[in-house]
Amino acid sequence: MIDDIRAWTAELAADPSSLIFLRLGEALRRRSQMEAALKVAVAGLTRYPHLPDAHDLYARILSDAGDLERAFDEWDMTLRLVPTHAGALKGIGFLYFRAGENELALQHLEAALQETPDDEGLAQAVERVRDLLQPPPLEPVEPEVEASAPPPTPDERVLLVDAGGLPIRGRLTDPAGVEIGERIGALLAGTAREAARAAGLLSLGEWQGLLIECTQANLCLVKPTPETYLFEVQDPDVPIGQLGLRAERTARAARRWLEAMR
Amino acid sequence: MSRTYLTLLDPLTRLVGARGAMIVSAEDGLVVAEFLMENVKGSALAALAASLANRVARVVETSGRGAPRFMQLQAKGGSVFVALAPADLILVLLTGPETAAGAARLEMLQAVERMG
Repeated sequence: MIDDIRAWTAELAADPSSLIFLRLGEALRRRSQMEAALKVAVAGLTRYPHLPDAHDLYARILSDAGDLERAFDEWDMTLRLVPTHAGALKGIGFLYFRAGENELALQHLEAALQETPDDEGLAQAVERVRDLLQPPPLEPVEPEVEASAPPPTPDERVLLVDAGGLPIRGRLTDPAGVEIGERIGALLAGTAREAARAAGLLSLGEWQGLLIECTQANLCLVKPTPETYLFEVQDPDVPIGQLGLRAERTARAARRWLEAMR
Repeated sequence: MSRTYLTLLDPLTRLVGARGAMIVSAEDGLVVAEFLMENVKGSALAALAASLANRVARVVETSGRGAPRFMQLQAKGGSVFVALAPADLILVLLTGPETAAGAARLEMLQAVERMG
């Protein structure tokens, strides 16, 4: 491998636009030469900012270096460029697994396995996460009951309001346990209208979410449907990159619930 | 326009997909310093970001979750990032959809620290 690294380094020096930086960066990462790997990856990414494999390489190095939040963002970016990128799916799956989000981990790892069915290590990881997840209930779930189940409201931290700010579902309390759903609902509706106005006037298209990092929590406002807003309170240690994904998951549940109620 | 403020904005404009960075008065949305691409309307961005930040501050206050530090308005075509800075200022970054949120956050919070 040392000979390869030497040869690839020479090749890259002779032609800085060469895509050999991908192999060189990976080889350096595997040899734990993190500083050199980082330098190669960043230089490559600067030259090719829209190259999915460059983001994937950078994410792997960041992940090895323990910078999981930025690694998540880079893999997220890779998936925006190529939604079926196996490396990024695997990487995000791994990060979810580390965060204890086994369901999301399995979802990403299974998607990665679909892209690379010969990856034995990945297949084993999928099996391991499947084992960790609770087995499905033996009794069949009544479809009607499932359809009308409310969106998850862990610890009274999720509130669904209509376009006027009236609470539809969920319950929100402040840290002292005081109900604040109605008071905050109107503020949320106004904030959502302001978000829509800002996105429109800045030619950013439709707004999708508002992520807010506070000193004591992380908050997220998303739009499950054009007539509703969902507000979610998360622990402050949830990285902002994951906050949006979690809120989108809750929004999907809310959307299903709203559809079932119609 | 303060040269120090422009130096603070410089690393933000180097982020992949960055379209402009500004320092804005949180109270009235007036521009203190800006580094923008040609087609970005600075005064509009400043006013909208300040208005949104004020609304968010009220939401956070009502929720009893401390004080806001950083926010991201995500849209299909990009994002507006806002970080609260000392002296009633806000740091604003406008980006395309390709910008990594984590990198933007890191650079902005570092810039805010330098402002303190």
